[in-house]
Amino acid sequence: MGSNRRQFLRIAGITTLLGLGGGITLSASSYKPQSDPAQENEKRLRAGRWGMVIDMRKFPKDPEERQRVFDRIIEACHSTNNVPEGEAKPIQEVKWIWKDHFEHVFPGKENPFLAERVEQSEFLLLCNHCKNPPCVRVCPTQATYKREDGIVQMDFHRCIGCRYCMAGCPYGSRSFNFCDPGPYVKDKNPDFPVRMRGVVEKCLFCYQRLEEGKQPACVEASNGALIFGDLDDPDSHIRQVLRENYTVRRKVDLGTEPSVFYIV
Amino acid sequence: MYDAGKILIGLVIFLLLLTFPFWFSLGQASYESPDLQLPEDKEECIEDTEWMRKNHMQLLDDWRDTVVREGKSIYIGKGGKKYDMSLQKTCMDCHTSKEEFCDKCHNTASVDPYCWDCHVAPEEVANGQQ
Amino acid sequence: MLEKALKGSKTYWVWIIFLLAVMGAGSIFYIIQLQKGLTVTGMGRDVSWGFYIAQFTYFVGVAASAVMLVLPLYLHNQKKFEKMVTLGEFMAVAAVVICMGFVVVDLGQPQRMLNMIFHPTLNSMLFYDMIVLSGYLLLNIIIAWNNLHAEYQRRPHPHWLKPLIYLSIVWAVSIHTVTAYLIQGLPARHLWLTAIMAPRFLASAFCSGPAILIILALIAKKFTRYDPGKEAIRILAQIVTYAMVTNVFLFLCELFTAYYSNIPGHEHILTYFFTGLHGANALVGWAWVMAAAAILSLVILVPSRFRNHPDMLLVGLVLLILATWIDKGLLLIVGGFIPNPMGTITEYAPTGYELMISAMVYATGLLILTILWKVAIGVKKEIGEA
Repeated sequence: MGSNRRQFLRIAGITTLLGLGGGITLSASSYKPQSDPAQENEKRLRAGRWGMVIDMRKFPKDPEERQRVFDRIIEACHSTNNVPEGEAKPIQEVKWIWKDHFEHVFPGKENPFLAERVEQSEFLLLCNHCKNPPCVRVCPTQATYKREDGIVQMDFHRCIGCRYCMAGCPYGSRSFNFCDPGPYVKDKNPDFPVRMRGVVEKCLFCYQRLEEGKQPACVEASNGALIFGDLDDPDSHIRQVLRENYTVRRKVDLGTEPSVFYIV
Repeated sequence: MYDAGKILIGLVIFLLLLTFPFWFSLGQASYESPDLQLPEDKEECIEDTEWMRKNHMQLLDDWRDTVVREGKSIYIGKGGKKYDMSLQKTCMDCHTSKEEFCDKCHNTASVDPYCWDCHVAPEEVANGQQ
Repeated sequence: MLEKALKGSKTYWVWIIFLLAVMGAGSIFYIIQLQKGLTVTGMGRDVSWGFYIAQFTYFVGVAASAVMLVLPLYLHNQKKFEKMVTLGEFMAVAAVVICMGFVVVDLGQPQRMLNMIFHPTLNSMLFYDMIVLSGYLLLNIIIAWNNLHAEYQRRPHPHWLKPLIYLSIVWAVSIHTVTAYLIQGLPARHLWLTAIMAPRFLASAFCSGPAILIILALIAKKFTRYDPGKEAIRILAQIVTYAMVTNVFLFLCELFTAYYSNIPGHEHILTYFFTGLHGANALVGWAWVMAAAAILSLVILVPSRFRNHPDMLLVGLVLLILATWIDKGLLLIVGGFIPNPMGTITEYAPTGYELMISAMVYATGLLILTILWKVAIGVKKEIGEA
């Protein structure tokens, strides 16, 4: 009696599971797109590996004026990408491109008696779009991944908000939406989404603008101080700049191979 | 069978609960598709209306992967016409009112997609607020 | 067998209702966290993992309670652990449930959790952690339940369980190793970037898990008069002591490497713990309580004269649990984020929300533990093992 009932329950359970499974497969297979409907945009800018040079010499010498240029660049990024500003809790701030002092941008490189112009100036920081990105290595859902053109991309639809990538990033370039960012985005750009609470975000090298044949918003606003281009193409402007100038990158010793270079 | 009475009563209650949606909606008005505000100056959508009605959710789900993950941003619709795969830039360019188009059906059918948690609806921009 | 959990004394039911009440209260806070987001916590862009993940790490260790009984029993035929082994396995089950609970409450988008299965990512340690944790949960449920059921029917233990039992021993090592790998392979987190992270996890797990098991078994003995056996507790206390000595030794190794090498990145976080750094010193008190508790626990546990005295043993174990909890359940995770990648310090303290939600997860684990132990002890008493 006892074992019969047990067997009955077992069979009933397995049948139910199979039924559920079958139902899911059926509903998934009922959708067929028209034919092969997707194509790349012809205007799209292409590269083997996108990179950026931040040429500090091209920013104004006067500290106040320099701040204004920085702020203009940051503002261009924020309004293009709907980046929230002035969150209620400052420690939970979202940053895509921001500014900080030398000893924070290049910790471990802060010699005593540093040249005044270096010590007193601020630097722009953004995601380095590393060649070996630790954030991509740790992400459990491939919500962040490296595109063929080197951009470290975020799929906001897929991110589960585990924040493992934030622990992995050695540059503090990733921000988590602790709260709904909507109310903190002033004048939303209707061409680009905002994010929702519970996902991680960061600079994406304005992939949506590259799609339309435009340079990233910060580059466009920088009057040539930010140089954006293909690191894999020896004839590109960025490679020429790199050939002719001494550049540094952040924390190269970690093996991440950042794609953002600085001319100090 | 032990406790036959209790088991039978239990079964009856279970069946009543199971069939709840059927007898609860007895005598109530049947479902009617709401009237949607269609764009006045546009003739056709990217695909047939019927097809869109049935498949727009899978289409949008496909789009988001294709654009973000595969880097293909052009959709070839009915008759080989090309469209930008973008909810905000393409869909909402014709269907200018989220309330009068999306919400009407979704509310009647009690579905609550979270597209608008991130994507910016046209009105929102016009009013400069949520 | 499960019916044993439905009959109990008044104390039993009061305890169950208390746990349900805590779960209920905590879930209100969790619902608010779901609606408002993790902004209700004390975490931020610098310290992006906090109390939740720290508790997760600690309870991965507690899940080791089982293996320190299973290994001597099945590999070395230490029959004295026979009466206690089911309790250990069931405690592992509860501990793993607590672990999973803490991971889920830490997610920003928990409803998308299954993306980890839909898009399996072989380069992410979190993927392997999911596999080893759910595997360990399953192994312990299957082994403990089937063995207990056989005892209940007065039949010998089923043979087909043997390979699973051996597998569970190896598997127990894997859950600590993988959880340590979760943090020890990140390039710019100085506190975590150490090859002895996994050995430290094992050492601290093998002392804290069995220590909690002994205390809970003694509590159960008080309420149910089920005696897991004096010998079993004596040997287990020995194992705990050896593991704690190893644990402290490995911690001292970290101190030596950091301060003798004089490399700032390695020193900063330890200095922050014990004296404070650049004026930030939120965790200094905790760090010294940890140090004192660890030393005192060894003073009590190492000499067999003290260790074999029931009351002294209890004090020693409580101190040990306190020390290991502060080490792994408080300092280790937060410490990985201090200083931040820019070299500046943002301090962290959990908010009321975090504590209430954590209480909910704890209560869920304790409820599972209570029910499983009630069944196990009920069966063991019925077949006359008491």
